[in-house]
Formats: sequence, structure tokens, C-alpha cells
Amino acid sequence: MKHLMSGNEAIARGIYEAGIKVASAYPGTPSTEILENAVEYKDDVYCEWAPNEKVALEVAYGASIAGSRSICTMKLVGVNVAADPMFTSAYNGVTGGFIIVSADDPGFHSSQNEQDNRNYARHAKIAMVEPADSQECKDFVKYACEISEMFDTPVLFRTTTRINHSKSLVEFGEREERQAPGYVKNARKFVCVPANARGNHYKVEKRQTELAKWGETCPLNKIEMNGTKIGVVSAGVSYQYAKEVFPEDTSFLKLGLTYPLPIELIRDFASKVDKLYVIEELDPFMENEIRAAGIECIGKELTGLCEELNPQLVGERVLGKEFPRKKASVEPVGRPPALCPGCPHRGFFYTLAGKKDVIVSGDIGCYGLGSSAPLECIDCVVCMGGSFTMGHGMSKSFMMEGVKDKKIFAVLGDSTFFHNGMPGAAEIIFNKGKLVPVILDNSITAMTGHQDNPSTGFTLQGDITYSVKIEAVMQALGYEEIIIVDPQDLAAMNKACDDAIDFLEKGVAVCIITRRPCVLLKRAKIEKALCKVDTDKCKSCRRCLKVGCPAVAFRDGKAYIDSNQCVGCTVCAQACPFGAIEKEVR
Amino acid sequence: MAVTSILLCGVGGQGAILISRILTEGLCESGYDVKQCEDHGMAQRGGSVTTQVRFGDKVYGPVFGQGQADIMIALEKMEAVRCAGFLKPDGIAIINDYRQDSSLTASGLAEYPEGCVESMQEQFKTVVVKAEEIAKSLGNAKCMNVVLFGAASEYIGAGDIDWEEVVSKVVPEKHRELNIAAFKAGREAAR
Repeated sequence: MKHLMSGNEAIARGIYEAGIKVASAYPGTPSTEILENAVEYKDDVYCEWAPNEKVALEVAYGASIAGSRSICTMKLVGVNVAADPMFTSAYNGVTGGFIIVSADDPGFHSSQNEQDNRNYARHAKIAMVEPADSQECKDFVKYACEISEMFDTPVLFRTTTRINHSKSLVEFGEREERQAPGYVKNARKFVCVPANARGNHYKVEKRQTELAKWGETCPLNKIEMNGTKIGVVSAGVSYQYAKEVFPEDTSFLKLGLTYPLPIELIRDFASKVDKLYVIEELDPFMENEIRAAGIECIGKELTGLCEELNPQLVGERVLGKEFPRKKASVEPVGRPPALCPGCPHRGFFYTLAGKKDVIVSGDIGCYGLGSSAPLECIDCVVCMGGSFTMGHGMSKSFMMEGVKDKKIFAVLGDSTFFHNGMPGAAEIIFNKGKLVPVILDNSITAMTGHQDNPSTGFTLQGDITYSVKIEAVMQALGYEEIIIVDPQDLAAMNKACDDAIDFLEKGVAVCIITRRPCVLLKRAKIEKALCKVDTDKCKSCRRCLKVGCPAVAFRDGKAYIDSNQCVGCTVCAQACPFGAIEKEVR
Repeated sequence: MAVTSILLCGVGGQGAILISRILTEGLCESGYDVKQCEDHGMAQRGGSVTTQVRFGDKVYGPVFGQGQADIMIALEKMEAVRCAGFLKPDGIAIINDYRQDSSLTASGLAEYPEGCVESMQEQFKTVVVKAEEIAKSLGNAKCMNVVLFGAASEYIGAGDIDWEEVVSKVVPEKHRELNIAAFKAGREAAR
């Protein structure tokens, strides 16, 4: 019987079948559901959310050193965070099979950049596999473990959003029962002091050669000869797009092991066809190496470097096919993502948006949506935990440039605080930054769909655990004034911001913690209500629209609240100067 | 059998994913090769979302591009307009005649366009359903997704799948009765 599964569900099944014992991850789209599904096998696979990707990789690597097969999963930019241990684990090698899943996001579905992490395999000199559908997602986990153990290398398991989040049919296999070999200390291998690392580098280069040789005949790379006119080299989801649109007599070399590339296999395949295409998304990762080997091919000049592909784009750009379509005469208005109705962050951003000379250094998470119109409250966002440190840098620039009128707030969420925010909080204290760090604590990792973190009191496996108190951490770091406020109470929120600015002016180290659970968090059991507009009292001033709530609109000259969306948080009611909005219990 | 491509579009939170679960469940049971792809993460937060479902003897791409959809199921009328380019010129659009403001139109930074449904009718074979009204009359506006699916079930062209049975199987027990009523009412509205 076949099961319709997403790539992420299939990887989770693969983790179980491959006999992996330890899995660690930090949630990040499009990788999150791998561990959310793997935890179904918690009796056989230990699963955890780590505070960040570096921790996740180190945990999985530690398990490998100890002898178990292990895996860590992360989104594309998470690999940047985890790059430090990844590069040296490549030198040390493994004991149990060790897999690093990099879920890339061509097309920016939910990411801040479009980096092509295939380059990491080449840079770190580790093996890389790329599945092309859910069946391969499952099967390649076992292959990756075997490659890892056979060649003493970490394996980069590279997926893209359309592999992670698309569903296709999967046939299950049996779990491989694997008992780790007894632990034997091997400091020569695992202690990366220069004397050892020097030798390990030679080992890495030798491994590269052996792996490349094995790749020439390995079962993950497949030739489908259908004709001699056109040949296509492809991997991952691009292979599916090419299969769909190229003529039936096209031959394919479908690669599953994409680093190192099997250059002789490609050369042989190229010699059997008149014309060779390389179909890949983003960088010319395969193409450059194929060209460098003196093999002629057509690729990026047609497929393009930016955004994801699909069958239509491959058909049009590469084959000149036409896909006729029509447009409706009406021009649609944009619908950017927005803070949800009832989002606790709204009160905070609405308050700051009303203040003069405020700069907001932002971060990665739902609160990034505080940058959307009409709040437009955020000045910069770069990476997880970057808000505190960028804000600190801005404060130092203003100090040196003699800028005195700007007030800097740096905001991040509870999960981001533990991810990489804490070093920034220490930096601000240590180097006396003049800014207000704000932790928007909504009791969960929200954007990725509600994962637990060190402050929530629960583990991924559902056990109750110690809940790290953010205010205790800030106090321990040396913050003298810690203002804890309910962001949905606009008067209190406003006072908190003003008080913080006063403390800052007096040279007191101050921070704000806004605390209210995510409105979508089931565990919080938030009672839903409904706000209603009294159209007689409404003076059409449109102040309520400034809170930027998708449920509050303006229709027929008056404020209007969409009862299908409103949850009764009352932020709009508090913003109304005429008391024209009232809360009703549902 | 050639591949049939279905585009579900709407606003995050409207329940396009439930429709796609019903669709894929029914299609898989009937032995088709099926692929499906949906939006996760940031795109879900009140933004435009699409889910794609494809079925046939053999499906390659889990997603399709412009000019490739045979059927559009639009949970919101401006989203139908936005996704019009995905439809083949002879494709069919099943549209919920329902307006949900975007953050831009709600805050008065842009006007919600007039004539969304009419502009689709000018270009495509369309089925217009007042799914929100029907859902409300059944007691819960949230089931407008299943109402719309009921209407769309008449046009999927996958043989004699008993979609009512599939809906009953996929939805949670406590909402089963409501969703079956929603499905039937939608199907009636399209007939």
C-alpha cells in the first residue's frame, strides 16, 4: 500500500526506517515538519527541538561520535548558523551515520534570502544527496546513512520547498535495527587540535577522490536512455519539471548524489546525445563543473539564476513552448501577510508607530510583520538574533556621529531570544549600548507553526520540562530595570515604552518583556469574543485602521469589523478616540 | 489519462488545505497518481495562499505554472483574479463570491477592486457560489470551504468518486454533520 506523504513526512519515515536514534532541529520553514513527524516514532528515535541550528548539529554530531546514526534538520539560513561545527565535523568524520538536512527555499516562500546550499557541500567537502520526490526523501535517508558510514563523512541532505512540502506516493520499508558499536575513545580522530586536523585534511582530500569514484556507478545516479538527440542532466524537483515538458525521446541522467558530481558518467552520457541540457534551480552548481570538465552544455543562459522553476518556466525558457493564458480585466490589490487578528504583537507595534524619532531594529519571526503597512514600524531585519546587536551597532554609530534624538528599540521573540538573542543581550550590557532590547514573549515559536522552546515548559516529545525564565536571564546578565507588560493593554504598553526611554536617558540598563500568548496557541485557551462598531458613535476618523488588523476595515463611510476574522482583542477599541467600538462575548 | 491540474487559492486560514486533503484522499483511493503542494510558514499569515493538486496516470511536477490549470477553486474573489493567469484559456473557475479585505484594503491604503467576479466571467467558464452565505445559513461561516468544494466536485472529472463519502472520512467527527450538509448545499448550488 502506498501513502500520500509530503517530503518532510517521508524524511521522518526514513529516519525511522534507517535506524536513526537521535534527531535534533531548530524549526524553520520549509524543514519544520520533519521532526514534527519523526516524533511519532519517539520510542525508537529520540527527537528534540534545539535552541538553534548550531546546537542541533552539534547534538546530532555528538550522537554520531557516540555511535548512533543521527540527523539534524534546518532551513537554508540555519546552515549558516551551524556552519562552524559542520566544517570541522567534515574533517573529523563520523562513527554512526550523520545527516544534515538543508531545506532550501527557492522562490522565497518563507525566507530572507535564496542561498543555494549545494555550495556548502563543495565548500565543506562533504557528500550531498538530493531527493526528487517523497519516495526518494524516505529512501535517501538510509542511503545517506550508509554513505556517511562508508566514507566517514557527514552527508548534506539537500531539499527545496517543493520537495519538502509537496505530497506524492510512498511505499514503506522495514526499519533497520542497528545497534551502535561499543563506544571507543578516539581523540586522534575527534579532537580537532591542529596536529590532528592537519592529518584529517589529507584524509578529507582522499575521501573526495574515493567518493567521486564511487559516485560514477552508485545507485543514486540513474540514466534513462530514450533517444540520442537531447540529453538532460538534472536533480531534485527540477528533474520532475524537465520530465514533464521535454519531448518523450529525451534521455535523462538523473542525479541523486550531486556532490561530488560523477563527471565521467556525465561525460559518457553527453557523448551519447547531440545536445546536453543542465536543468537546475538557482546557481549553476552542476553546470559550472560540467563546463569546467570540458563538456558542452546549455543551462543558466536559459533557466535563469533567480527564483524557483516550474514546468511552465522550463517549457517556455528552455524549449520555447507556449502556455496560452488570459488575464482578468480587474487589477488585484496586494495581500501581503499580516499580523493575525488578536496577535499580541499588534499593541506593541501600534504603540511604537505612534512615537517620534523611534528606530526599531527587527528580527526573524511573526513580528517581522510589524514592517507591513500600515504599522511600518521596523527599520531593519537581517537574521535570527540580529536585532539586539544591530541596534547596538546603530547606537554606537549615533554616539560617534553625535546623533542624540533617536531612540532605538531592538525586538525579538522568545524563541529567537534563546536562538541567538542572548549573546546580543550580553553585548548590550557589556559594551553599554544605548537602546531598549524588547522580548516579545508569546510563549511559543509562532511563525513556523507552534514549536516549543526553552521557555515554554514542554519538550518536542511532549514531556513537561524546566521553563527558562527570560526575566531571570536578563536579570543575571545585569539588566537593572525589567519591565514586563501585557502588550494588548495599550495604556500600559505606552507607559512601558515611555518609562524605558526615561531609564535609558538616565543611563539605566533597561529592557521590556511583552507577555501574552500567541492568539493561535491552543494550549493558552484564549476565549474568543467579537468587537462591534456602533456606527452612530463612529466619526469616520479611521484611527482604528491604523492598528493594521485584517479584521478592521472601512465600508460605507464607517469602520467595519469582519465578524469572521475578529477575535475580540479590543486593540482597535482602545485606539478609537470616540468609544465607538465595543466588545461582545461570543 | 492526461494530467488534470487543480489550483486552490484564497487567503491563509480559509481552509484551502482541507479541500486539498479531501481531493487527494479521494483521488488516491481511486488509484490515480497524485501530487499536491501547499504553502507553509510566513505565507500563511493572512496573505494570499495557493495549493495545487494534480492527478492522472503519471504526474511529474508537484507544482505547475501559468496557463496550466484545468480547474480553479477560489475561496475569495480577488484571489481568483490574482490567479487567473494559472488557468488554461478553456479552464473552469469555481469562485466563492466572497470578499475578504487584505491588510492594504482594510487599512484604506488601497481600494478593494469592484467587479472581480464579472471580470472572471468575461474570460472563463465560471461557476459562482455564495459559499459564505450558504455556510452561514448552515450555522457556521467557517465551513464555506466545504460548500465551495461541494460545488467544485461536479467539475473534477475523476469518474465516479463518492465525494460525500470522502468528506465524511476526512473531516473530524465532531464537525462531520455540518460539513456533509455544507458539501451537499454547495453541490446543489452548482447544479
